[in-house]
Amino acid sequence: MSQNSAVQPQQQLRLPARLALQVALLLGALLMLTPFLVMLVVSLLPTQAFLARDFAPSGFSLANYFATFEQVPFLRYYLNSTIVTVSVTLLQILIASLAAFAFARLRFRGRETLFLFYLATLMIPFPVTLIPNFLIVKSLGWYDTLWALIVPSLFSVFSTFLLRQYYRGIPIDLDEAARMDGASSLRIWAQVIVPLSGPVLATLAIFVFQGTWNEFLWPLVATTSENMRTIPVGLAAFVGQYSTAWGQLMAGSVIALLPVLIIYVLGQNWFVKGITLSGMGGR
Amino acid sequence: MSTDTRVRARGAFRWRPDQQWEAYLFLVPSFLGFFVFVVLAVLMSLGISFSDWGLTGWKAFVGLRNYQALLRDPVFWQTASNTVFYIVTIVPLQLLIGLAMALALNQAIRGRIFYRLVYFMPVVTTIVAGAIVFRLLLSTNGPLNELLGNAAGLLGIPFSAPNWLGSSDYSKWAVVILTLWKNAGFTMVVYLAALQGVPQELYDAANTDGAGPWQRFWNVTLPLISPTTFFLLVLQLIGAFQLFTEPFVMTRGGPANSSLSVVQYIYLTAFRDIRMDKASAMAWFLFIFIFAFTLLQNRLQQRWVYYESE
Repeated sequence: MSQNSAVQPQQQLRLPARLALQVALLLGALLMLTPFLVMLVVSLLPTQAFLARDFAPSGFSLANYFATFEQVPFLRYYLNSTIVTVSVTLLQILIASLAAFAFARLRFRGRETLFLFYLATLMIPFPVTLIPNFLIVKSLGWYDTLWALIVPSLFSVFSTFLLRQYYRGIPIDLDEAARMDGASSLRIWAQVIVPLSGPVLATLAIFVFQGTWNEFLWPLVATTSENMRTIPVGLAAFVGQYSTAWGQLMAGSVIALLPVLIIYVLGQNWFVKGITLSGMGGR
Repeated sequence: MSTDTRVRARGAFRWRPDQQWEAYLFLVPSFLGFFVFVVLAVLMSLGISFSDWGLTGWKAFVGLRNYQALLRDPVFWQTASNTVFYIVTIVPLQLLIGLAMALALNQAIRGRIFYRLVYFMPVVTTIVAGAIVFRLLLSTNGPLNELLGNAAGLLGIPFSAPNWLGSSDYSKWAVVILTLWKNAGFTMVVYLAALQGVPQELYDAANTDGAGPWQRFWNVTLPLISPTTFFLLVLQLIGAFQLFTEPFVMTRGGPANSSLSVVQYIYLTAFRDIRMDKASAMAWFLFIFIFAFTLLQNRLQQRWVYYESE
């Protein structure tokens, strides 16, 4: 019993309390879901019908979706978001993993100092580096290109820190045994450490994926042409143009949300783990 | 083997010459990014904040002039006060709601997985899409006001529909409502993990001593999850200081700057007014405040955070 207590909820409540709790939880769920439901319903109705609160089933259609796709290059936004998110997720984790390996498994001069220096920068809020990064990207000729959206996000102290913590937990004897067999560090990283860190890599990947897909401020600053927009930036520009075309705005929102929501529902445990991992990282 | 053991015996910080260059190779990509986009960027930002830097780039070194100009800028004070409003509303409300949700879901109750799925859903959504829906929900003759009007009608209370997005009295609340909807699930998930880590033995012991549910909560649960509360407090404070997308899409910071956040003002100053210097100075003000608050919380935590090892 006591061994299970870490994962088991507390003891059964009495029936009336359970009922009250169930009602409260249902109300809460309704509250959280309402925006999604409204989004879906309004996206399927002509805006006029919604404003008149006319929810007759005959009025439902996909017309808003077609209209939205005609007015807004959503497919282009999708493409941009996908390219940026996939490259950032893969490369950021690769770069962080290599660095974390050095920090956790190799003994080199200046290791602790450099790592402390990395950690100290975690305190710096994003707005401080926003303007210089814009200027740097501009002077490199990357402004309004995919490079601007990808390259500055490839480096992350947080990912490096997380992986380093995990790598430190793997017994060092494994490295030493491999070295005895003549394996190089690169080989140890690729064939010993990475295969052993599957769960943490997957969790981090989902975390980075979700963060990059939803990122707003940087793509807003780093791009200007319609063809370079990511989904959130494109959606925000759409609101700016058609602030009360509710039907189409909601259709656009549904289009923007659908992939993330599908991935979330399929992999919800990984998402929750990712959050808990980041949250409990320091404990 | 013998060399390895010897190195290990001397302690973890002993460096090995044969791994020196290898390690640097492993670090090169990471360090390049770190150097350019963090170290160089921070130094540039500091430099710009002490310079005259507008449309044409660097003109002159001006010392503290940008910082002094900010202190005389009424809009800056307005955004500072708006941000304080966001902090004192969002941070405690989010902690409370998240904790309540986590406590409810920590019971043996049907549908826990479903509720967790639903409560966490807003966390993964694009905030822009959330803001768009809330613009509709909170519009003057939108669903929320309709609901409130009906409720008031049933109770016989006079009701005038608040203009959530278009009046300076309510615009900040609109941003707060959106932020709570979006982030409460995050707090819940972190709290839930903490609650599940509270050992059942402690509850059993409290029961033996005749403690009621309230006493168990105050004397067992709350102290044991206080490290999590501390962590969330720090995290949410940093987040609330840096609110951007929510007011940007919901209210555009208006009306009359009534919901403009500091980061939004930094953005507008840098990229609409092209005053990189003033915007950088503002970013450093923000940094100093976040830093000071985090230090302060670290100091205060000794008074209320309970660590098992002590």
